[in-house]
Amino acid sequence: MKKNHSNHGAHSVSRRNVLKFGVASGAMASVGSLGLGSIFCPAAQAAPALPHEDFLTSVCANNCGSTCILRPVVQEGRVMRVDTDNSVEDNWQEGIFQVRACPRGRSMRRHMYAPNRLQYPLKRTGERGSGKFERISWEEALGTIAGKLVECKTKYGNESICSLYASGVQVGALMRRESFYRLMNLMGGFALGTSDYSSAQNQYGMKYLYGQSGYSGNPTSDIAHTKLAVFFGLNITETRMSGGGLQYEVLEAKRKGNTRVIVIDPRYTDTCITIADEWIPIRPGTDAALASALAYVLITENMVDNDFVRTHVQGFDASSMPEGFAPNLSYKDYILGTGEDATPKTPQWAAALTGIPATRIIQLAREIGGAKPCYITQGWGLQRQAAGEMNTMAVAALAALTGNVGLRGGNNGDLDGYSPGVSPRLPAGTNPVKARFPTFLWLRAVERGTEMTALRDGIQGADRFPANIKFIWNYAGNCLVNQHSDINETRRVLSDTSKCEMIVVMDTHMTASAQWADIVLPSASYLEQPDIVGPSYAMNTDWLAFTTPVKPFFESRPVYDVCVDLAKRLGIEKEFTEGRSREDWLEYLYETNCRKNMPTLPETLAEARKVGLFMRAKNRDALPVRFADFRNDPVANPLKTPSGKIELFSPALHTIGKTWELEPVLGNRIPPSPQYVATWEGFEDKEGKAKFPLQMITSHYKGRTHSHYASVDWLLEVMPQVLWMNPLDAQKRGIEHNEIVRVFNGRGEVRIAVKVTPRIMPGVVTMPQGAWYKPDANGVDHGGCANTLTLYRPSPLAKGNPQHTNLVEVSKL
Amino acid sequence: MKKSYAFYMDASRCMGCKACVIACKDGHDLPLGLNWRRVPECTGGAWAEHADGTYTQNVFSYYLSVACNHCESPVCVKACPTGAMHKTEDGIVQVDATRCVGCNNCAWNCPYSAPQLDKSKKHMTKCNFCRERLEVGQKPLCVAACPARALDFGPREELIAKYGRANIAPLPPASMTEPNLAVVAHKDAQPANTRKPFLANKEELS
Repeated sequence: MKKNHSNHGAHSVSRRNVLKFGVASGAMASVGSLGLGSIFCPAAQAAPALPHEDFLTSVCANNCGSTCILRPVVQEGRVMRVDTDNSVEDNWQEGIFQVRACPRGRSMRRHMYAPNRLQYPLKRTGERGSGKFERISWEEALGTIAGKLVECKTKYGNESICSLYASGVQVGALMRRESFYRLMNLMGGFALGTSDYSSAQNQYGMKYLYGQSGYSGNPTSDIAHTKLAVFFGLNITETRMSGGGLQYEVLEAKRKGNTRVIVIDPRYTDTCITIADEWIPIRPGTDAALASALAYVLITENMVDNDFVRTHVQGFDASSMPEGFAPNLSYKDYILGTGEDATPKTPQWAAALTGIPATRIIQLAREIGGAKPCYITQGWGLQRQAAGEMNTMAVAALAALTGNVGLRGGNNGDLDGYSPGVSPRLPAGTNPVKARFPTFLWLRAVERGTEMTALRDGIQGADRFPANIKFIWNYAGNCLVNQHSDINETRRVLSDTSKCEMIVVMDTHMTASAQWADIVLPSASYLEQPDIVGPSYAMNTDWLAFTTPVKPFFESRPVYDVCVDLAKRLGIEKEFTEGRSREDWLEYLYETNCRKNMPTLPETLAEARKVGLFMRAKNRDALPVRFADFRNDPVANPLKTPSGKIELFSPALHTIGKTWELEPVLGNRIPPSPQYVATWEGFEDKEGKAKFPLQMITSHYKGRTHSHYASVDWLLEVMPQVLWMNPLDAQKRGIEHNEIVRVFNGRGEVRIAVKVTPRIMPGVVTMPQGAWYKPDANGVDHGGCANTLTLYRPSPLAKGNPQHTNLVEVSKL
Repeated sequence: MKKSYAFYMDASRCMGCKACVIACKDGHDLPLGLNWRRVPECTGGAWAEHADGTYTQNVFSYYLSVACNHCESPVCVKACPTGAMHKTEDGIVQVDATRCVGCNNCAWNCPYSAPQLDKSKKHMTKCNFCRERLEVGQKPLCVAACPARALDFGPREELIAKYGRANIAPLPPASMTEPNLAVVAHKDAQPANTRKPFLANKEELS
């Protein structure tokens, strides 16, 4: 036994706890086979640190959908380096393996102690957005904020106070957004958007097709149980590259099943490198065209699962159309050209749109139709489009046609929707404000909130939004500026301080959003506050971490503590804290949530902290197959759609399509069935392309999670922000690899280095989203921020962010 | 003779995430502009545009993760004028900082550019196989970091006998230095002696 060099060190406690929980350290890897898989076990058998080092347990809690274990090696309250999980032997088959952090989490030390880390509260001294601030005390900052909250509540109503969508802290009991929600709920409520920037169009599309708002697919582990998997735009290898997450699972599952994987994407992504057997490049925004042509071949070559469709699907053909609608409004009529548009969706028709040769489309349809089961799935890139709802529905419709819904090894065409575990959160209470706007339309709510209606702007809970946004609280997020479409439009609205009267940004770093704050509050980082953390929404390992902090950076503070201080000033401290200290809350949540769900945990939080990390095996093959009950008996187990069936024709959408007020631009319509819609700034926007001929997508980039970690120089050095361009397009413009180019359209201009690579299809460029906006005096961005070029126009149904639908031109300087 | 090791990398699993690079940088506290482990991207293939607006292509891409390969015939050692660069009894090629004059000769000769000058320390630095971790029975930082489980290490003779030495573009032919790097080739791997310019991320390899 090594010396007890740390009060949190695993060496000192592992053996004792191992005995206590009756699991020998060597047996950790095979707990599943021992039938102990459902028990939480201390996962501290191995230690990453060297014998003379002290280390703590912590996490990276950002919004990639994973959460990774970090083991900061510490000295005098400071992080000296960061290790990751190595506490169990990898055993993917049994559902237990190391939650190894990706390079983003591994760069945490550099991130935490960066020159742009916020040290003190700041107040704006120049014009809003000027980036001019002076240091103030916490006392002054919180006094100003509390005063303005009361003023806005009194003058404009609670609906004028908005907590902006933000996901910089995605897990944790106390460090997430709930602290402010709780505060505002106790104060009478606040404005909060519906849905998010991640998958709004997918959520809405799936709701009408399957009666479930996204996250409805089988686990990706099902790839092991099929011979063919088709990924429409799914790129887990760059978006969820955690060693405890989906990329590792897909890698293993593909090997186990010897499964052929086809990736359909405008980019040859890193998923193509390790997962795909074949890459089919496709023009952005045309996935529904491809899906429709695949359906055409499936139908005309008699590969539709007629038995399944007859009993489980509404509106496939005239025979299954609901009463009161013209029979030729059916999906099949749309596909075969006997519907309203009289255009057969032949492979030749789709070839010209997608860029995929007709022969390949026919072959792909035969592959899909000939495999049973077939795992059809999709990422969120194809739904983050102007007609994203249609793309997401059209792809998922293929799973219904081929009868792959509810099968092991099959899928419903949606993304993996299993969350792995349960972890506690501070109770946020109930929001008395019922009117909600779509998250993406928050800026519209600043300028003309009271004009926003249900039919025009997707307001929910009311016919009209009752206020304009006057106060913005933006904690751990960058949607205020960087991540929101059309930065120049955002700047126009925010720079008028008579519209939104106060912007508070609480964050760890001086982000592009923080530059636009009136008051900036320095937040303690993940590693600087004690918490209870479980895996995020897209992981396949189950664990709980009881984190121990290092000393907060300068005057940075945890958001919970800040909200307590605000509650004091607002006279609701007692209600907010319920008499509990921060530590009391954690102990309370430990007892009422953690221990309740997992009785094998130690009796006290203090004991749990000594171990740090607890894991349990989770064999995802043992999870119930999504929609299996529905498949087996659709009458007894109907979907949550109005008909109880999969709705390839939706009367609800038909009504919406006729009644909602939509801006009259190309593609701004809502068909009642999954259809291809040519849109503004899409491949078929001839007028737009005459000036700006390239389609620009804003793919996710492995060097950061959205805009998180975007300023870490270690990461930028090896993963610089660059524009990807095909050699054919570069050649036409005389552009060479690595030169700085102008990327522009009518909305803005970015100067950025170009990566000339065949890994992106001709006619398409990608400027990965999330790089930090760095405008010069002329408004030209030198940070490579894609939202300098995106358009602030919501998708028709979800009112979601179509940030992959852009036309640009690229030229030499 | 002490036990000596080789690195192992399965290029069919490597997704180019660079967790190995950052774990090494953090653990060894390397300055900007200096990374002991690097991830070259090897990309090739071309596009054909057709009259109907469609395309066909034969694009491929793969990554390798490469540090010092602690070669059997380390040309860096031969090139060192002071004897600072040496191969130890356990096979690790390392720099004796007290004898190194930072002349860069080793770096110029190494076909992997593994030795790198630390300008503030004024001597060459390089991967030491995480000797301090090996000595206490732990894995090198890069190996323990790999989220795809593409990197590993093991007994040199066993690994080289099983997998051979890395002989894949954009790396130089193995015959030059006999690297102790065993590679499972990616399905699209190109031979090391190719003359085509497949290295696609030179600017990321500081």
